[in-house]
Amino acid sequence: MSNYKVVHYINQFFGQIGGEEKADVPAEKRQGLVGPGLAFKQAFGDQAEITATIICGDSWFNENLELATKTVLEMIKEEKPDLFIAGPAFNAGRYGVACATIADAVQTELGIPAITGMYIENPGADMFREKIYIVATGNSAAGMRKAVPVMAKLALKLVKGEPIGSSAEEGFLPNGIRKNFFENKRGSARALDMLTKKLAGKPYVTECPMPSFDRVAPQPAIKDITKANIAIVTSGGIVPKGNPDRIESSSASKYGGYSLEGVDNLTADTHETAHGGYDPVYANQDADRVIPVDVLRQYEKDGKIGKLNDWFYSTVGNGTSVASSKRFATEIAGKLLAQGVDAVIMTST
Amino acid sequence: MVKEIERAGIPVVHMCTITPISLTVGANRIVPTVAIPYPIGNPDLSPEDEYELRKKLVDKALLALTTEITEQTIFE
Repeated sequence: MSNYKVVHYINQFFGQIGGEEKADVPAEKRQGLVGPGLAFKQAFGDQAEITATIICGDSWFNENLELATKTVLEMIKEEKPDLFIAGPAFNAGRYGVACATIADAVQTELGIPAITGMYIENPGADMFREKIYIVATGNSAAGMRKAVPVMAKLALKLVKGEPIGSSAEEGFLPNGIRKNFFENKRGSARALDMLTKKLAGKPYVTECPMPSFDRVAPQPAIKDITKANIAIVTSGGIVPKGNPDRIESSSASKYGGYSLEGVDNLTADTHETAHGGYDPVYANQDADRVIPVDVLRQYEKDGKIGKLNDWFYSTVGNGTSVASSKRFATEIAGKLLAQGVDAVIMTST
Repeated sequence: MVKEIERAGIPVVHMCTITPISLTVGANRIVPTVAIPYPIGNPDLSPEDEYELRKKLVDKALLALTTEITEQTIFE
């Protein structure tokens, strides 16, 4: 006999509706389980049952954040579940934000325990890890088998009201909550252990990880925009037709720099997108929809800006690691400085 | 990427649709855009109207670049 009623939230891809071309489908509810729900069924055994699944397009959710949250919340409420599970979303950014937004709303507005799972670099993780339990997963759906049992176990503990262990024990992303407990060894002994390990080059686990507040102060404003050389950078994957550098459609390992000299307007014949994380139809028809070359060129002719920089830089921001993105941008910034660029318009999809 | 460009000393405006992500990654000047697959366009409009829409969004981006700020700011 099933004890607990569970509602599961997944996106259009895991809901088997379609890929990016279906990312704009509104939320719909189906009875019973769909897709990854099967793995949860196995993990729950007879302790809990997914009675309904909500499937929602990632773009629709994120582009209509308030309406989408309200709609999905209403669907969940009707089911009167004991527990809510979203995802796991792995490194899919929009999916992660959707899962975490809904889980947070379910918990605060409906008072129902909620849990999701995603990769630590998913933007949804930093936005919500202090508000809800987010189980750490791998960065692709290949991590499903590992992720589901951890999520299911933690979810059952939550719904039963059992004590939740530390993030390291339970497998969720640290949420900043500290609990007191007694260690077997006193502090000085543990500190010396760590020190000797560190000196010997052996691995050790710090008891006091430093928070990384990596913020950059805003640069001063441009004084005279009519003299400024403005460059375009994008994570939307716009490249010359044929993608000469073969930038990958996801988890990009490189970026490209492309000349805009003599280019007044991007067309379906000249440019396209290499991005595999959104429906490419509109960008392939007219890449100005992602990088505003036509307008900036006109503004240059009208004297509204000093210059549109001769080069633009592009990569695919789709599951691309933070480390890669940092490296790309540092290199790009060096080139832009050498080209005398005063300001950057960065576009993301 | 926005952050690394700003760190290098170049003022940067981030034009994107999901502004909460932009805030989380640490962009300072943010202009909200239309939709994920066409941030600064709209295929439902006529080419003339779409160009006007893009001009308005670029105007906002230029306004953002010429505005002194002390904290993360969304230019609605």
